[in-house]
Amino acid sequence: MATATEQWVLVEMVQALYEAPAYHLILEGILILWIIRLLFSKTYKLQERSDLTVKEKEELIEEWQPEPLVPPVPKDHPALNYNIVSGPPSHKIVVNGKECINFASFNFLGLLDNPRVKAAALASLKKYGVGTCGPRGFYGTFDVHLDLEDRLAKFMKTEEAIIYSYGFATIASAIPAYSKRGDIVFVDRAACFAIQKGLQASRSDIKLFKHNDMADLERLLKEQEIEDQKNPRKARVTRRFIVVEGLYMNTGTICPLPELVKLKYKYKARIFLEESLSFGVLGEHGRGVTEHYGINQLSLRKYSQAPESRERNVWTLFGSRFKQMLLKENLIDDIDLISANMENALASIGGFCCGRSFVIDHQRLSGQGYCFSASLPPLLAAAAIEALNIMEENPGIFAVLKEKCRQIHKALQGISGLKVVGESLSPAFHLQLEESTGSREQDVRLLQEIVDQCMNRSIALTQARYLEKEEKCLPPPRVGSFQSALPTSLCFKRRWLGASRVETIWSPFPLSRTSTGKKRTTPPFYCL
Amino acid sequence: MRPGPGGCCCRRTVRANGCVANGEVRNGYVRTSAAAAAAASQIHHVTQNGGLYKRPFNEAFEETPMLVAVLTYVGYGVLTLFGYLRDFLRHWRIEKCHHATEREEQKKKKKKKKKKETKKKKKKKREMDFVSLYQDFENFYTRNLYMRIRDNWNRPICSVPGARVDIMERQSYDYNWSFKYTGNIIKGVINMGSYNYLGFARNTGSCQEAAAKILEEYGVGVCSTRQEIGNLDKHEELEELVARFLGVEAAMAYGMGFATNSMNIPALVGKGCLILSDELNHASLVLGARLSGATIRIFKHNNMQSLEKLLKDAIVYGQPRTRRPWKKILILVEGIYSMEGSIVRLPEVIALKKKYKAYLYLDEAHSIGALGPTGRGVVDYFGLDPEDVDVMMGTFTKSFGASGGYIGGKKELIDYLRTHSHSAVYATSLSPPVVEQIITSMKCIMGQDGTSLGKECVQQLAENTRYFRRRLKEMGFIIYGNEDSPVVPLMLYMPAKIGAFGREMLKRNIGVVVVGFPATPIIESRARFCLSAAHTKEILDTALKEIDEVGDLLQLKYSRHRLVPLLDRPFDETTYEETED
Repeated sequence: MATATEQWVLVEMVQALYEAPAYHLILEGILILWIIRLLFSKTYKLQERSDLTVKEKEELIEEWQPEPLVPPVPKDHPALNYNIVSGPPSHKIVVNGKECINFASFNFLGLLDNPRVKAAALASLKKYGVGTCGPRGFYGTFDVHLDLEDRLAKFMKTEEAIIYSYGFATIASAIPAYSKRGDIVFVDRAACFAIQKGLQASRSDIKLFKHNDMADLERLLKEQEIEDQKNPRKARVTRRFIVVEGLYMNTGTICPLPELVKLKYKYKARIFLEESLSFGVLGEHGRGVTEHYGINQLSLRKYSQAPESRERNVWTLFGSRFKQMLLKENLIDDIDLISANMENALASIGGFCCGRSFVIDHQRLSGQGYCFSASLPPLLAAAAIEALNIMEENPGIFAVLKEKCRQIHKALQGISGLKVVGESLSPAFHLQLEESTGSREQDVRLLQEIVDQCMNRSIALTQARYLEKEEKCLPPPRVGSFQSALPTSLCFKRRWLGASRVETIWSPFPLSRTSTGKKRTTPPFYCL
Repeated sequence: MRPGPGGCCCRRTVRANGCVANGEVRNGYVRTSAAAAAAASQIHHVTQNGGLYKRPFNEAFEETPMLVAVLTYVGYGVLTLFGYLRDFLRHWRIEKCHHATEREEQKKKKKKKKKKETKKKKKKKREMDFVSLYQDFENFYTRNLYMRIRDNWNRPICSVPGARVDIMERQSYDYNWSFKYTGNIIKGVINMGSYNYLGFARNTGSCQEAAAKILEEYGVGVCSTRQEIGNLDKHEELEELVARFLGVEAAMAYGMGFATNSMNIPALVGKGCLILSDELNHASLVLGARLSGATIRIFKHNNMQSLEKLLKDAIVYGQPRTRRPWKKILILVEGIYSMEGSIVRLPEVIALKKKYKAYLYLDEAHSIGALGPTGRGVVDYFGLDPEDVDVMMGTFTKSFGASGGYIGGKKELIDYLRTHSHSAVYATSLSPPVVEQIITSMKCIMGQDGTSLGKECVQQLAENTRYFRRRLKEMGFIIYGNEDSPVVPLMLYMPAKIGAFGREMLKRNIGVVVVGFPATPIIESRARFCLSAAHTKEILDTALKEIDEVGDLLQLKYSRHRLVPLLDRPFDETTYEETED
């Protein structure tokens, strides 16, 4: 029944079609076509709106004016004209034609003009010439490099060491070799510029903690732990690193290593330690901050607080007896990577990283500054080896250095208007204005005046220079601004008090007498 | 450094040899991309800008034969399969690990660590463990591919890296996981690997004497930065000399070539600036660009259309999203590309740079000293004005046989760098004896030492380059790059041939550099020869003979182009021969 009706409807429709007037059909046809067109056409035309004609483009190109490649430098920029040092920058230094006592270079152990070091370098020069003409991979590895790596590893009591041809590039290449995008790095606010650059190159997430503030670090680590628990899958592939300096270049303070090691095991983060300033200075044998904190203190903490350490010691049973010995008595093994440069205490050029082979060896293919740069000139490596020999033969020098640091630190206390920043055992420290004038520029000028006054009195000091715009995380405005480097090693940071005081600050200060006097007592090592 | 009788001989023979009638090799391959059509467009392009070039610019990048490409991929496939298999075996301790050695020990330790991790995971939740330091894939390549042919790199030497070099013999008893030094020294290996372009790597002669004198006077270190108290009179002297050498207003020297790039580019550009970088730029330029925070865009290697398009688009469309105009545009190019042996098309780059008001940063790490009639680098080679290059960067490591790098340019630029370069503020300055080596060698090249030695060296290098390249091409190898570039890449393609070539050559007392992925594209593994003015005719001929032999042995003569010496036809830039068999 139903089908019959439907059929009837269809027939009716066809019939209606036949009967409809032609104009009606045409109109409907046009309407259908219109709908189809609407369906398939774009509502607006993108291209018409954004296309520029060739002429317009040419006009744009014509109109564009770039900024100058570099902004003009004011003629009176404090850093524009360098001091010119004629002759060797050893204890006595001739700055701008005036002979001074050098309190401005990092030649802590006085090895820069040591005749033994010079002789070793000379012998190497006679054998190998100056340059290496190639990166380590391509015939740029000399037997001297292998020797130096070996010696450094032995000296630091680690499995392996790797040398770089430039101090700055050492930590700046080492960090991005391990830490990649997505990894997390906890770093001290006062970390030096090389570390900052390394972190920037690694593109990792950077978490800054307050300078030497372990509570703040722990807070960050805890936050991260909570974050990790929320997303354990991600946490399983996110490496965590703590990057600290042994002795901070910017503040002259020491890092609290035992606490850091404790946190390391608690929160499973690896520690990278930058020891450019502390290597060859701290510790009984100059091994740096690890030796400074010593064994006992550490192993006590280790056993009481880190359950993993027992497991770790079990591993060592598999290793050689030598390694076993090392692990047991050495804090160094708790540090995943130590980097230092050979440009301060060793008075050569270049830097090195040391640690377990498992860690260090990775840099031989992934450390950019190692792979893609020409290797260290052999004469510099030979000089570093000889400097190491001297350090090993005279462990007494470190005590002498420390004593001198303490003395000078004490002598510098109580100068009105200036305060000494940094530990008393640090050979590099900063004098900083007690009160800032409020403007950084004025502070710099004032400090420069102090430096100039000293220079007139035959004491070479220098302001520690920073790139104000580039320094990202440091220094906090409170600590300040510029430094001025002092004796053999000291950098000052300061804030200002009042220009009229400059004279009075420096005239009563018997710096030159102290230092020359000391020089006489310990002839070979006139560091301070 | 004196070229010696051998060197002179070389010159004579080259002349005597038919192919080089007027001292010019007249063969030109065009960079042949896939088809003849592409080649044709390239010819067209060259002719278009022909007016810019004062000398013929012949650069060849012969197409990889299809069969070779396929076989290379198959080779990598097999290696990868075996890699997985062996990883599997190692995991289940079926394959014996080399416990005795340190390197194996790390692996073991790593395993332990992993195992520990998994164990921990089973215990789970209570405590997280250290995250593995390396991603597994990162090391897969090292472990299973690199380790097989590791003996071809880091070969320790114990002499001057001159024309011949002494290599310490080493042996591995555990498949390259560790090396033992046998104590023997392989003497007099022909050195085709060091960047000793002008032969200044020597332990005798005026440079060495001068350096020794300064060493005794100054010591080796400086112990301070340039801005603090590490600016010696020697540094000032060097910078003044470098500026004179380059023909620029001022220059500044740095302690490391790599760092010169990576620490100074950030001083020049920053956020809101655009860097246009060649795709094959050195890692240091890439790092510097990245550290600067500027936007980076890559153009095809030495491809001027690609560069022009990027320049045009950059100016027309401005910065992405905000559409603000770019603050400045910096083009980063190298003089000689160390892996391709190609020379930058500098005249065209300069024309583009002027047209679009961009700045040009030219890295002359390999080209300074090694190119140009007076050894002034690629600017000299094309006979251009150094003023047109905004930043002239280069290194002292290669041609000068020292270490470090420099930047030269306008006085304002150098003043700015003196105040803002990361290197000047935070890094120790150059060692005095190294500075002295640079000064003496540079003076020698400039002829200021009263001899013509420097000039002879530069000439010798140019002749060696042409001779060596021509002979290799005649033998049927695929050689990349410009006919005047002393960097000569010889294509090996297959991964197994990397190791085989390096070993066979060492067996024949020739030290060569072989490179594979990741330094090159995955199928374009190659051997690289660096010519030196210190190479005599005998040395080159011996090397060529051995390369010929090894080439036959390993079937490396892939080239399908046959060289046609064009003796009696005048050179015409539009004439590009391509004879296919």
